[in-house]
Amino acid sequence: MADKKTITIAIMDAPYENARSTTALRLIDLAARRGYNINVFAYEGAVLQPFSGQTPHPNAVHGRNVEEENHFIPKDAIAALMREAERNGGKIDWVNCGLCVDERGAGAAIAGVRRGSPADLWQMAEASDNTLVIATR
Amino acid sequence: MKTLSIIESAYRATVEEQDDTIVWIHGAMKGAGAELAVLLRGNAVNYLVEAQNAGGLAFGDWEQTQPPRLASDLAALAAKGVEICYVAEDVAERGIERSELIAGVQPVAREAVAELVGRYERVWHW
Amino acid sequence: MTRYLLIESRDPFDSNDVRFCCDLAQQLAAVKNEVTLFLVKNGVLPARSGARSDDLTRLAGAGVRVLADSFSLRERGIDERRLATGVAAAPLDVVMDALAEGAKVIWH
Repeated sequence: MADKKTITIAIMDAPYENARSTTALRLIDLAARRGYNINVFAYEGAVLQPFSGQTPHPNAVHGRNVEEENHFIPKDAIAALMREAERNGGKIDWVNCGLCVDERGAGAAIAGVRRGSPADLWQMAEASDNTLVIATR
Repeated sequence: MKTLSIIESAYRATVEEQDDTIVWIHGAMKGAGAELAVLLRGNAVNYLVEAQNAGGLAFGDWEQTQPPRLASDLAALAAKGVEICYVAEDVAERGIERSELIAGVQPVAREAVAELVGRYERVWHW
Repeated sequence: MTRYLLIESRDPFDSNDVRFCCDLAQQLAAVKNEVTLFLVKNGVLPARSGARSDDLTRLAGAGVRVLADSFSLRERGIDERRLATGVAAAPLDVVMDALAEGAKVIWH
């Protein structure tokens, strides 16, 4: 296995708004498969990515029920990434910026997500091999 | 590790947040001991214009009492020791006179951005 | 010499500001840095042969490695075998490799 690295990724987009979100998850997936430690700092709308209240839905336009539609639900993808990282000897430390959580009412997050602050972004970056900021527009 | 943050996004959610969230997070990180420098480019150079005034908004009987004060926030960041630069051509192209800008900020020629980027071990783009 | 990976997620049909990455890539390469421009999302649209791709070809000629995310290309039905001159398809792993190897990685 490649040397274990620690990578920090800062994201800002709410789910279902822009392909930046899924590209970030693709990067996290790559890091998880490599067994890296991954710090995610979720800022602004991104604190809703692991929101535990997300539920799937059917798709009547395509004639698919809930199971058939198997709709992409970000919190489930993130939980799967967390399992993947652990399976490969790594870990995802997902921090939701606390004030962003408060103003969006996004306090209910999946297990493995913790509340933090901008100081966490700086500390994560300092403790990482590298940091990528994926800002919103 | 000193970090250069290039800030381009402007007026995206400033009324709702009553701040620019990127300028704000840099203030918060600086308060936590971060070593930071900021380069404003694109529309974000307008944040340096002293005459900005977003006050007076109301939604029904809800009145905004704390509008964003972006120029002051950047001045405060500079006062905390964060070096703040801006791309000179981006200011000129927007018809902004240098005299309209807050004090204490430095112009950088567009052609010199790469050299500036090269001086920092860590570069973030917002 | 420093390694740079500039990620361009925007396209010239929608954004004027793609010039930023192109110019930065060119300036960095001109002083002998190792520079990769990685196109992702709609950023791959100018990679299609016949699209607004002159800037990409020129960058490649100036020593910048210009890559386009394979998934983004496939998602948009852009044939990897018919990309603009100087552009090659590549997996997103390139970005993670660059991060892991300590390159300066900037998302635009």
